[in-house]
Amino acid sequence: MENESLKNLAIKELLLQLADDDFIHAYRGSEWLGLAPHIEEDVASSSIAQDTMGHAVIYYKLLEEIGEGTADWLAHDRQAHERRNAIILEAANGPGHYMKDPDYDWAFAVVRNYFYTQAKAIRIQSLQSSSYAPLAEVAQKVQMELYYHLMHWKVWFVQLLGSGHKEAVSRMKTAIEKTLPDFAGIFSLGQFGEEMVEQGLIEGEAAIQKKWIDAVTPIFESVGVATTFEIGMEKGDGRNGVHTEDLKTALDTLSEVYASDKAASW
Amino acid sequence: MSTVLINADEIYKLLEDVKDPEIDTVSILDLGMVEDVTVTGPDVTVQMLPTFLGCPALSIIQKNVERALKQHPIVRNVSVEFLRAPSWTSDRITEKGKAGLKAFGISPPPKQMKKDGSWHIDCPYCESTFVTMENIFGPTACRSILYCKACKNPFEAMKPMIKMI
Ligand SMILES: [Zn+2]
Repeated sequence: MENESLKNLAIKELLLQLADDDFIHAYRGSEWLGLAPHIEEDVASSSIAQDTMGHAVIYYKLLEEIGEGTADWLAHDRQAHERRNAIILEAANGPGHYMKDPDYDWAFAVVRNYFYTQAKAIRIQSLQSSSYAPLAEVAQKVQMELYYHLMHWKVWFVQLLGSGHKEAVSRMKTAIEKTLPDFAGIFSLGQFGEEMVEQGLIEGEAAIQKKWIDAVTPIFESVGVATTFEIGMEKGDGRNGVHTEDLKTALDTLSEVYASDKAASW
Repeated sequence: MSTVLINADEIYKLLEDVKDPEIDTVSILDLGMVEDVTVTGPDVTVQMLPTFLGCPALSIIQKNVERALKQHPIVRNVSVEFLRAPSWTSDRITEKGKAGLKAFGISPPPKQMKKDGSWHIDCPYCESTFVTMENIFGPTACRSILYCKACKNPFEAMKPMIKMI
């Protein structure tokens, strides 16, 4: 009995992590709409953001099926401290505001998108053999879409970091130095991580992090850039509800319409 | 006990009239989105596969299916379910579906990607193979943008969706 409820808790926590990661990541991606470096990129990155929001929705629906509230409520009506996304994904795209003087950092977008998409690909691979069947089914579909996302961000990453262009390379390196110190938050499974692994829901943090380093290392080598991968969680573990002001601001903005009339049907 | 009132074939016939909301030359049947139809007395359940998880057209398609099937004089309840498995893949598009896509100016997805992950698409207007990929991502989740260097037309192609190992 107690084991059963612990298992259910682990499933719920894992679904929340997956959903909240993709949700805030898609939101940050959508903020680039109209601001991306060129028109083709505008089309591509908003298409990716739309796919990613679709992934968040499917995880929220799995939560809805196990009685954790409606997908809309889960997406819009939870406070920052109830969210489980990794802190690096909530970080603002740059100074300024979408509507007013956005001074967004494309290098940071490329680095974060490539790093996260690669991590997500490894996680999705693992989830395809999850003992939780609904998750294994969803993972297969997500993987097919993710193939194109990963290809896209890898191209940007290699092009900019390997460009030999002084400003591009320096901005990319700055973005990498900004991303890695909090990137362990992506691999964290939170306080119920052990239970998740024991139940066969997903592989452990260390295993996934190692696969990520193995996948990213040759890409760094291909452009002749060395890195030591000093991955940390300096700002805390989002899986346990620790978050920054950036998340609160984002949630206030993205739920504005929802909050204006919670009973409306769209 | 009631006798069988509705033949599943009649339902499939009605589904042929439900087109992709943005491509009116292709039905949802020819896109391979319909996995199964179950008839229980006057009630019909249609099990469908989403092309892309984030596709905003899914709820429109659902409503259009309900509306189409309710035209049948005996149908009472229609329920549309989107399944998680199997995953929709682009090789589910029928030959008729491919012809419909082409008629709309969209190249059908290639049957199979080559081993190196590359894929080859012909121009839907002049059949030329002399085309360039402008953007893997297009105006909708399922389409890419290409350019034909032979007839100098931009065109779109359905993005291949296949199971990766
Ligand atoms: Zn042509």
